[in-house]
Amino acid sequence: MKVSRRDLLAGAAGVVALGATTATQPPEAPADPTKVRGRPSRALGQRAPSEKPQRQPRGATSSGTPHQDLCGTITPSDLHFERHHGGVPDIDPKSYSLLIHGMVERPMMFTLADLKRFPAVSRVHFLECSGNFGGRGAATDLTPQQIAGLTSTSEWTGVPLATLFREVGVRPQATWFLAEGGDAAVLTRSIPVAKALDDALIAYGQNGEAIRPEQGYPARLFLPGWEGNSNVKWLRRIELSDRPFMTREETSKYTEPMADGSARMFSFLMDARSLITYPAYPVTLTRGWIEINGIAWTGSGRIARVDVSTDGGATWTAAKLQEPVLPKAHTRFRHLWNWSGGDAVIMSRASDETGYAQPTREALIKSRGVSSVGYHINPITGWRVRPDGTVVYHAEPWS
Amino acid sequence: MMRRIGIGAVCAIAIAAVSAAQTPARFGIGRPATPEEIAARDIDIGPDGAGLPPGRGTAADGAPIYAARCAGCHGKTGKEGPNDVLVGRLPGDEFTFARDPKAPKTIGSYWPYATTVFDYIRRAMPPDKPGSLKDEEVYNLTAYLLALNDLIPADAVIDAASLPKVKMPAHDRFKPDTRTERPGRPGRPGGPGRSRGPGR
Repeated sequence: MKVSRRDLLAGAAGVVALGATTATQPPEAPADPTKVRGRPSRALGQRAPSEKPQRQPRGATSSGTPHQDLCGTITPSDLHFERHHGGVPDIDPKSYSLLIHGMVERPMMFTLADLKRFPAVSRVHFLECSGNFGGRGAATDLTPQQIAGLTSTSEWTGVPLATLFREVGVRPQATWFLAEGGDAAVLTRSIPVAKALDDALIAYGQNGEAIRPEQGYPARLFLPGWEGNSNVKWLRRIELSDRPFMTREETSKYTEPMADGSARMFSFLMDARSLITYPAYPVTLTRGWIEINGIAWTGSGRIARVDVSTDGGATWTAAKLQEPVLPKAHTRFRHLWNWSGGDAVIMSRASDETGYAQPTREALIKSRGVSSVGYHINPITGWRVRPDGTVVYHAEPWS
Repeated sequence: MMRRIGIGAVCAIAIAAVSAAQTPARFGIGRPATPEEIAARDIDIGPDGAGLPPGRGTAADGAPIYAARCAGCHGKTGKEGPNDVLVGRLPGDEFTFARDPKAPKTIGSYWPYATTVFDYIRRAMPPDKPGSLKDEEVYNLTAYLLALNDLIPADAVIDAASLPKVKMPAHDRFKPDTRTERPGRPGRPGGPGRSRGPGR
């Protein structure tokens, strides 16, 4: 067998390249793992070496959850989306304190240890940035992460804000409170007291452990079903008042210009939405049975149904909802589809228990105006399956 | 039979007593906040001017501070960016943001309250040294930005009395969210009715 100089050089280059990468690559799996003793126990678990889900930063102030890599409904904490306005602060849990003052009988300070002494609750809820829509342009090479990466679901543990409000003695005339973060933005939002008495938490736990720094360590406000920005992280202060404070984040930002020439403010509620996460760009399909699946969520209680279309919205079929369907939490839906190889557009439409149905792009534009595209954009979203099996985002012009 | 009912009643009372003991009106956790601790964090400014500190500012004194601390991100005249455009009015103070993607949401065109300018600059600006501006500097910057937007005369003095009175063109444009209102909903009588399908 003749070996050319060219082959030798290519082989040598390959060896060099392999040597350079093995330093950062995990050890190769043995051909037969039953014939090699495995590694010993260790203090902290890690993902399997070949699993590499990543958040995708958009600039320095946000990064999205890779929905295309996930299954089920809980978002791993290190993949929970982040959005911040002054960077992620380092806060010493020993010196942390929460001040509650204003229209209260007893202005009080609570340390982190204090907060953990109160009776706690744990609840599974989604959290979504109200700017969570990345599908306006003509691009079709967009993943679920790029379309809607700024929503995630965790189990949150904390003390009901109502408990703390009883502790400080909120006065009857107090109807709003200011929540203020301890980050460099010292971010502030005004929140109705009624939400505190309904289901708001001061959360310090996320998926069984301390909240991650990006999610507000050591403690944050959590308002189930309400826009992410109002769930103030790194919470350092709450001030009770009889009127909202009109902060920058609730006037100049996080408001929606409407088609009638007004601007909607205090638009806390996140309306129902769904997104197929498989199949989606960049997977390639082979013909046969495919379980279309994705996530649906609503700030108004539970998801009641998700309808799936495989013909571009001409006909719809109710998908199966994975139990348990929890209020204000991601709900996984599944729909069996026998793809015969033709061109198809698949889409999903969520409805919640109040009767609200996820709108079409056209309906949103009619009510909101063509350029009001920044916040609370939840249109029915589709993927185009091409005859060759490639799947791309079904981009439609925003006009 | 009577005896059994009696035991049941006693048990019910005992359970009620235990439940009450488990959810007291107060837990006695935490400690009173001192006035100094409150003052150190209580930096918000209300739309009525509540919380504005002593001091005053003018556009003339704000111009050099803006050039040194703000222009790098917001542009030489507040219109150039690269970050938020701060200066500019729309023709006739129309509110065309829903149909015109190029209309910049400036202080003069979109911000409903002048007090928010002071509050936000003092708490969060500039990003390279947040919260470093003195109250007097914030008053001067606020006056400068309001003057650049033709919201106050060039020689106006901005202080705790005058700032809340500055009339903002967009003030009456902002309406509370009505998406979930419907007639008979507690606390929201006579609402316009909930949208059940189309975008909202």
